[in-house]
Order: sequence, then structure tokens, then C-alpha cells
Amino acid sequence: MLTLTCPYCGVTAEETELAPGGEAHLKRFGPGSSDEEFESYMFARKNPKGVHFERWRHANGCGKWFLAARCTATLEVFGTYSAQTKEPPADIIAAIKAKRPGWEGYK
Amino acid sequence: MSTRLPKGGRLIDRSKSLSFTFSGQPLRGFAGDTLASALLGAGQTMVGRSFKYHRPRGIVASGAEEPNALVGLGRNARFEPDQRTTTTELFEGAETTSQNHWPSLKFDVGAINDKLYRLFPAGFYYKTFMFPRFAWKHVFEPIVRQSAGLGAVPKERDPDRYEQAYAYCDVLVAGGGVAGLAAALKAGRAGKRVIVLEQTPHWGGRAVVDGGQIDGLDAEAWVKDALQKLESMENVTLRNRTMAAGLHDHGYVIGYQSVGDTTPGDGRPRHRLWRIRAGLTITATGAIERPLSFAGNDIPGVMLASAVRDYLVNWAVSCGDRTVVVTNNDDAYRTALALLDAGLAVPAIIDARDMPAGPLVDEARRRGIKVMEGHGITRVLGKTNVTGVEICRQAGEGSVVKQIDCDCVAMSGGWSPVVHLWSHCGGKLTWDEAHAMFRPDTTRPPTGADGGPIAQPVGAANGHLRLSEIMDEAGIGAASDEEGPMAPVWLMPAGAPDALRFKAFLDYQNDVKVSDVQLAAREGYESVEHTKRYTTLGMATDQGKLSNINGLAILSDALGRPIPATGTTTFRPPYTPISFGAVTGEARGEIFQPLRRTPMHEWHEARGAHWEPVGLWRRPYCYPRSGESHRDAVNREITNTRTNVGLLDASTLGKIVVKGPDAGKFLDMLYTNMMSNLAVGKCRYGLMCNENGFLMDDGVVVRLSEDSWLCHTTSGGADRIHAWMEDWLQCEWWDWKVYTANLTEQYAQVAVVGPKARDLLEKLGGMDVSKEALPFMQYVEGTLAGIPARIFRISFSGELSYEIAVPASYGLALWEALNSEGAAFGAMPYGTEALHVMRAEKGFIMIGDETDGTVIPQDLNLNWAISKKKEDFLGKRAMERSHMTDPERWKLVGLETVDGSVLPDGVYAVAEGHNANGQRNVQGRVTSTYYSPTLKRGIAMGLVKHGPERTGEVIDFPGDNGAVHQARIVDPCFYDKDGEKQNV
Amino acid sequence: MSEPVSALNGAKAQGFAQVAEQGLKGMIAIRCDLESKSLAKVVKGMGLSVPAQRRIVTAEGRALAWMSPDELLLLCDYADASGVTAQLAEALAKEHALVTDVSDARALFRVSGEKADQVLMKLCPVDFETLPEGEMRRTRAAQVAAAIWRSGSEELSIICFRSVAGYMMGLLEVSARQGGEIA
Repeated sequence: MLTLTCPYCGVTAEETELAPGGEAHLKRFGPGSSDEEFESYMFARKNPKGVHFERWRHANGCGKWFLAARCTATLEVFGTYSAQTKEPPADIIAAIKAKRPGWEGYK
Repeated sequence: MSTRLPKGGRLIDRSKSLSFTFSGQPLRGFAGDTLASALLGAGQTMVGRSFKYHRPRGIVASGAEEPNALVGLGRNARFEPDQRTTTTELFEGAETTSQNHWPSLKFDVGAINDKLYRLFPAGFYYKTFMFPRFAWKHVFEPIVRQSAGLGAVPKERDPDRYEQAYAYCDVLVAGGGVAGLAAALKAGRAGKRVIVLEQTPHWGGRAVVDGGQIDGLDAEAWVKDALQKLESMENVTLRNRTMAAGLHDHGYVIGYQSVGDTTPGDGRPRHRLWRIRAGLTITATGAIERPLSFAGNDIPGVMLASAVRDYLVNWAVSCGDRTVVVTNNDDAYRTALALLDAGLAVPAIIDARDMPAGPLVDEARRRGIKVMEGHGITRVLGKTNVTGVEICRQAGEGSVVKQIDCDCVAMSGGWSPVVHLWSHCGGKLTWDEAHAMFRPDTTRPPTGADGGPIAQPVGAANGHLRLSEIMDEAGIGAASDEEGPMAPVWLMPAGAPDALRFKAFLDYQNDVKVSDVQLAAREGYESVEHTKRYTTLGMATDQGKLSNINGLAILSDALGRPIPATGTTTFRPPYTPISFGAVTGEARGEIFQPLRRTPMHEWHEARGAHWEPVGLWRRPYCYPRSGESHRDAVNREITNTRTNVGLLDASTLGKIVVKGPDAGKFLDMLYTNMMSNLAVGKCRYGLMCNENGFLMDDGVVVRLSEDSWLCHTTSGGADRIHAWMEDWLQCEWWDWKVYTANLTEQYAQVAVVGPKARDLLEKLGGMDVSKEALPFMQYVEGTLAGIPARIFRISFSGELSYEIAVPASYGLALWEALNSEGAAFGAMPYGTEALHVMRAEKGFIMIGDETDGTVIPQDLNLNWAISKKKEDFLGKRAMERSHMTDPERWKLVGLETVDGSVLPDGVYAVAEGHNANGQRNVQGRVTSTYYSPTLKRGIAMGLVKHGPERTGEVIDFPGDNGAVHQARIVDPCFYDKDGEKQNV
Repeated sequence: MSEPVSALNGAKAQGFAQVAEQGLKGMIAIRCDLESKSLAKVVKGMGLSVPAQRRIVTAEGRALAWMSPDELLLLCDYADASGVTAQLAEALAKEHALVTDVSDARALFRVSGEKADQVLMKLCPVDFETLPEGEMRRTRAAQVAAAIWRSGSEELSIICFRSVAGYMMGLLEVSARQGGEIA
């Protein structure tokens, strides 16, 4: 059972306080988008074995959504950060690269 | 036979004699006994029969690894099967029963299986129960069901209580032997928060039995001193009788504490499950001795050498008067020496090694024990107890060179570190050739949230089998007898023929023999995981603690490859079985799950409401009067509401306030229709879809002020929709200025419905609810019957209807006032079923009935509620997909049976022809179906292909038992189509 | 007629710790920019200050707790709640803010006694040994959301939703039952 630190209230919460929300940094495609764009937004997920960016809500806590960078294979957590970002911040990217030198990078 | 010696016993208190029973036979033991030591002390060598062959079985081990000695414990509601006697503490009045036999332990009909062992090889059920097919149901399954299962299942509700607790520490030490205590001292002195768990009641592990010197003290004295030091440290918590059952992700450790096992009914919880978050878990879990595989190694009286020693030293129990020791290592010599010290006979030590040497061997020889080098056991003699052994050369095929009379065999095949905790979360193992064992590979530990190790093995669990090595690792000086090298022995004798291998047991509990594993290998099983499942090796309640290494050595040998290439099966938590009660914790009975109550819940309950679960709420389904069926009650409630006035507790309805400069824009994105242009004081029905375009919720939206709206959601949907709103606000449109608040529980809400609703509210007084002051789809605020209230003029029934929201603390007062003042108007409460029928009479859809997660608003003819002006809303893009605009989609219609009967729920309308799977084609299905007391006939709604265009057509709905229900497609609104009733 | 009643009307239970529902309590949820000067001013007028992350401040029978980066909870007498709600809404009228009276949506419990912590240790994934005074910890108790703080020496207060007050009482009563003391 994971523990993640909520960047909003600072609590290091176990998974039972949290609700998962799937892959982070999806770009929403609305009316006017192509079928391919819409399909990728709705259905295509990276589902990597390794570094993954995901959404969590501190549901039994401060109620805020936050994002986490985590290794799906080892469950190592590289960091948690604000949900109000379009892509992983530089410090998170640096933390991942330090731990996973061979990582192919975000995107 | 086993017996209690007149003196000695580290753990027993001879001044406290305890009585207990074994299968009805009264026996006595001492405080400090386990059930196993008490049974052995009372001369009970045979304690059960095996699962498959019903062979007589006795106690093999002295701890958690025991495979045989499981008993039923307790009586009636407190009965529990499969209790391990070696880890169960004896208590006054304990009632135990042996298992797996009929009619009695001594005479067992099932023992015929043992004679038929050739018919039950590995995987016999896969091979046997295949054909003929009918035989499975009529012959095999009944027989298997009769004989399956270990022990009997208790039938009554468990009267004991169980609980869980959370704990946090920097360092968790699993195991209270000398390695664990040394690690705890070190961590404690470093100022860490430390929790030490020991599964038994006693501290010190093997060292206190085996002796030796630690830091200049006797092992026993050192343990006592260490405990005193640890107890004096504020930052250290010691918990005995608590097993570290599992190590999980991010250092989550499950501890399983026996609290009130020996004092049933004293009010304490029986077990407590600890949910511990540890920075580092030190696995000081010791090692387990391995049996040797020789014919008859399962006969009662054949035991692990360490167990024989434990029973002697800890509980003053002699497991036999004449004990033959058989070994491949020096440690077992300690048992022989301890037996001599106690005045018992050791006719021989059978040592499979050619040239054993070392102080322990020398000492045994010096004291006159015959050491037979390079020998093994051909077979054990005896049936229900050991009567002797036949000795052979280990290197040969079992020619008997000598027979020795004895009543106990103490065997040792070497030791295996307990690597379970280390392995649970991904710690890797390495094969130690010198000791023929897997030990933790400390370069590949299980890792945690920061990528660093979450476990560290110490002591025997780290492969250090000698006291001096263990303490050396801990940086403490110690001395113990030196030991010579062991020699791996996986089969005794090495060339044992079939007849011997058929009786050489690997897994005692599941009756898996050397021959079974070899057969599996011949049949092509190469993976140890597959072999485990095929032969059931290691699948019993002991999870192969004794059998796994021996089994995989036999498998490796049969496959002609080294043991590390075969590997181990997966170690899974819990280490030993834990009670369902502990897993359940407090969650049983009234608090099994949260029950959400409205402020009027108790009122409904007192009136005998029949409940309907809605999410975690309970809502009254109807209020049956005495002698009235639920159906009658529902019909009465509907008729009364349509004639007089009905009262519905609508408090569960979701109520979310949305406020801010961008609130209108936000709601326009959330709802399919426009909400930003709703006038202040007015109400509008709205639909919400998910991004896939499917309808997910509906409700009335009210504009409270220039910048705030109140969104009503379905009863089950409030939390979900609130979370949905927050998700979009926090993660997508975070620059929009919108705040939300879920006020569902702030207000009690009552629907006052029916032609006399206005009269009733006027009688309560305080607010003008006339047609002019409060027209349909508007709301007002004021004070009703002295209570601050908001009244919404909305209708879900087609009647004149008001929904009154008051602070929840006034909910009951309002409800009671409505009921008492309403009596004059014939007011009656009505339940959810009446609500459902009345909305269906009006053709209103219900989320969850007409929708199932694949239905779009257009399917329900709700195109009017989908804005064509808005550039975007959630679900809009999805609705543009070709499948969503397909004219072939099933659409909502009303359905009337030709004969007036009620259609069964969920039935499908069939079409001509069959699909690719040979099933009838379908063209529609029923989504809601009720008896309408208003129309006095069955009414239904359904989704039908081209439905609205086919009004008047009769279609077939096949039901159960060949019945075909015919129904005519009609308009879904069955009642007051022009809406005259609600608009008065 | 028409007296308001709390969810459990002051129900109590005595085990190795005392458990009591506290009756009606005023609670006001304030969502706004917590840096707001108007907010600071209006709470200062009540003798309170805007609490830092996860803190709860108390003064003159009222308390103000940090619930999330844009939400505070003000506790006051039930009778004052609607007036204080209006006062806060007025003070924040010119800003983007949402002030709601949630007094009736919640239930307040107190667990007291030397071993009060043990009652909640059994229900919440929280390290009570390190939970300081003056911290408002939002978490779960068994299967429902809860907000917990140390409201006195040997006393913890718990807020939960009103509808699950009966469930919360059951949890606390069972966890506090005699014989369940953790040695």
C-alpha cells in the first residue's frame, strides 16, 4: 500500500486516504478535434512499466487533486506536485533523471 | 512414548496445572505449555490423520512450521478448525478435537486410501475426474465435496471481537530472538522509534534453548538483560504474541497479535491486527529445520531434531525413551546430548556424512553414543507410532544393515533461513552452497518509496546459523560450539527404490511424496510453480515451510539441473494463517459499513418503513400498514398522493452550491443545457454527461443569486458529482474563479406532493406559496412553521408539488409538523417505490434505470435539453461520433402490455433472425416496469430500435419458461400529458 | 415547537475512554484566497487569526481551522452560526469567496481520557504519537472522512458528516470498549 505526500496539505498519506485518477497531463480535446485526437484523449494511455505520471486526490484529506511521478515497477516515488501544471516541473524531471539515467524522458 | 519428565522445563509453571480435553479425553498440562507440549506431555503422540491418505500423524515441529498437528479448538460458536497446536497456548478448559478421520482417530475408514496410494498419484484428480462427463456432477463432485476441506467449518456467528490498530516506527524488528533483540538495542540506542514483534509468548528464540555465551553472559541471562534495557527505552515498544505476517509496499507491515486467545469471553478482543508503517523492517525471523526424506518419515514419533530438543528443554517433555537421531549436520548432535543430559537413551546417531567431525561429534562419541557415519534410514517401523528404524548405507539402495528399536526419531536435514518477510515485497534470494539453503541476497533488497531498502535481514534469517556468527554480525562477542560442514541429503538412502520413495513424504499435510514430485517432472512439469499446483506441494496451511526446499531439490535432481536454476515458489503473506476476524476488524454488525441516515431516519424506522438501499443511504421504499403487502402500501401511497397529499423524505438528494464569477461558464460546461442564462429565483432541469457523451446524472438547477447556483443531483450521485466538479476546477480550468460546496447534508428536504399540497403549506403558515407568488419552476426563501426554509416549486410526479429545504437539525421538526398538520388533508408519507411509479406514469427518466452508462440523452428523446448554441460542454465532442448519431440507436418509448399485465424487468424484445453466436436478434429492452394504480394496468419504459417511429406496433418480449409478453409501443408519458395537474 | 436537534442529540458512551457527541455546534466553511486582507481583518475582529497549513487556532469559544489551501472552517456556537456566516459573507462580498453555514451537515464528537488516543489509533491511519496540539488532521475513521484535533489535554475532537454520525458513534464506542486497551 503506497504512501504519497500531498503537496497541498503536506500530509504523507497512505493509499486509503487517497483516490486514484489515472494518467496525468492528458490534453483535453473537445468539439472541432479530429477523431484521432479525441480517441487519444479518451482512450489511449501510456501504461508504462517504469516512470509514470499520475493523478491522485487526497479524498479523505484536504480534497485536493495532485500529481505524482512514480515507477510502476518498483513503486519508487520521484515526487508529487501541483495539479495545476501542464507538464512535469523541472525539479521532478531532474529527480527522475538522477534515479533513472536511462529514462527516455517525458512524452 | 512421549511423557513429561519430573523436573526441568524453562517455560512451564508446575504449580499451575491446567485441564483440557483432546477429542473428549480429559488431559492435564501446565501453564506455559503449548497444546503440542501438553499433548506430548500427556503421552498423545498421534494427533491427527493426513488429508489425502488418512495416515496417522503426530507432532513434527515445535513452532509455526508444524504441518500435522492441527486440531479443532473450542466448541459451538467458538469452535475453530485447523489450530496449530505448536503455536497455541494451553489454557484452562481448552477443548480440542482431532481432524480428518471417521469414525475415530484410532480407527479410520478413510485410511483405506493409504492402501490405494498407487491410485492417487500427483495430479490424480486432473487425471481421474475427466470422463465420462456426467460422472463429475453425479459421482466425483459429491465424493470430493464430502472428503474435501481440512477440519469442520463453524456454523455459528463468532462471538469474539477483533480489532485493528495503526502504528508507526522508524525500525520494525520482526523476531525476538537474540539477533532481533541485538538489532532492537542498536536502533533503540540510536534514538529510533522501534517496534519489536515476536510471534511466540517468549523472547530469545533458539539461543536460550541451545545455549552459548553472549557478551560474557549465558544466552538466557543476556536475553533477560537485553529485554530490561529495551523496556526502559521510551522509544521502543515490545510486542510478543504478535507475528509479523507480511511486509508490503512502502514498508507497510501487518502484525497479528493474539490478545485474548487463552481467555475466551473476558471482553478483550481475541486478535488485533496491527497496520504498521515502518521505515526499515529488520527481518530477524530465524531459520527452520528441514526434515529428511526417508520412508515412513511421517509416522508419529518422527520429529525434527530441534523440536525434540525444544520439547525437552522448554517444556520438560520427552518425545520418546529411545531416540534415534538422523542427520546431515552437527546441530542435531545437540539434541542427542540434551537427551543424554535428561537421562534418556540415544541408541545411535545416524549421520549421512562420511566423516563428521567437530566438538559436538566428539562430545557425542565421548559420551558413548554410537555414531553411524555414512548411514541413513531405510524405513521407519511402526504404524501409529515409531517402533524402530532400519539402517542402511546412505550411498546405497536401502539394504538393511541393522535394525534399531526406538520410539522416537529426531531428524535434521539442515536449516533454511525464514526469508518470507524479506521476499514478500521483492527481496531476492541467493543459493548458499555450503549450507544448502537459500538466503537473502542483501544486494537486492525490497525497495520502498525513496528507492532505498525497506528490509534488512539479520541473524539466522540472514543465513547465520551459528550463535557466534549471529552476534558477530551485531557487533557483540559470543561463543558457541564450532560445527563442521553439513552435507546436503535430499533422499535417504540416495538410491532409494520406488517402494521407499512412495512412502518418503515431503509435504506432510498434503501427503506429497518424493515419488509425486518425480512423477511430475517425468510428466513435463519444469516450473516449480506449476509443480507446486500439480502435486499440491507446499499448498497446505503450512505453505511448505518444511517441504519446499526438499521438494524443489528433488525436482531439480529429476530435471538434472542445479537448485538455484529451479528457484523457489513465491513467498506470499501472511506468514501463517490469520483469522478472518482480525482482517475484518471492527467492520461487522451495525458498523459493517457506514449507514447514512437522514434526520428523519428514526421516524421512518419507528413507522415500520421497508427500506431500500440507495448508495449508503437507506430510504423508505414504502410504509406498510399492518396486514398490508408492500405492493398494497405502494399503491395506497400513490393513490393518496394523487388524490390528497403525499410526503417524501428527499433529504438524500444531492445539493451542491457553485459560486463565483465564472460559475455560469462552468455550469454551461458541466450540463448539456444552458445554465448561465437561468434567471435568479428560477429552476431548470439539467443533464450531465461524461466526456464519453453518456448520461451520468440529472437534477434541477436553481439560480440563487447573480453569481451562485444550487445544483441538485441524484441521491447516489452527490459525492461523485461534487468530486467531478472539483476535478475539472482543479485539474483543467484552474484559472476559473469558481468555488463549490457540497451541502447535501446541511439541508433536510421534504417533497410535499398532491392536489392539497398548497393547502397544507398554507396551514403551516409563514410563506406565500400561491400560484402567483411561487409559480412552477421557481423558488422562494422564508420561514415556514417557524423554520427557516427554501421552497422549490418542482415536480417529479406530475402533481402540484413543493420541495422544502430546511437546516437538517430542523428536519424532523418540519417532517412531524407536515404529518400532524397534514392529517386534516389526508397527508401520508410515501416511499421511493411510489416515487418511481409516479415518475414512470409521467414518463420521466431515472438515472440508473433508463441509463446504464451507455445511454446518451438523445436515446431518451432529451434533445431539448442539449444546447445547440454552446460551443462546448462535457460530452459534446463524444456525441459527434458516428455511433452516437446513428439512427439505429435504440430510443425511449412507453410500453403497454396487450393484456394489461406488468412486463418483467429487464426483458429484451426479439427481432427476426439470429446473430453470429446463434442467439436471437434483439431490438429493444425494458428499462422500467411497474403496476400503475392510477391507470390500473402495467406500464413500462424501454429502449427500442426506431422506437418513437413505431408507435402502435406490438412487439414480443420473451420471458421465463417460454412465456412471451406482448407490448404495444406508446408515448412514455402515461398520465396528464398536458401537465395541467402540476401547474395549478 | 421546532427546536433544532443534532444528529445524535448528545449521545454518550463510556469505555476505557469517554465518547460523547457534542450536540449542536456552529460550523462555517469559508472558501477564499487565504491571503485575503479582508479575511484577516474579519477574523481578527473575532480574536482569531488565519491559521497556517493544517493549524487550528482558538479564541473565546471559537476556533478557526485550515482545511485546505483555499478553505477554512470556523467553529462557533450554533446560535451564532447564521449571523457569523452573514458577517463573513459581507466582509468577503467584494472578493471571490464562498461562505456557507455547514453546522447542520456535520457532527462533532469528543473522545476523552488518558487513553483517548488509542480509540482513534484503531480507526485512523494517523500517527497520533506525533500529532501535535493545534493541528487539524483530516483523514478517515474506518470508512468515513473525519477531521481530528487535540481539543484539550487527553481529549480529541472529531468532526464527521451528519449522516454517518451513528456509524461514527458505533466506531468510537466499539474502539473504546473495556478490554480493548492497548498495553
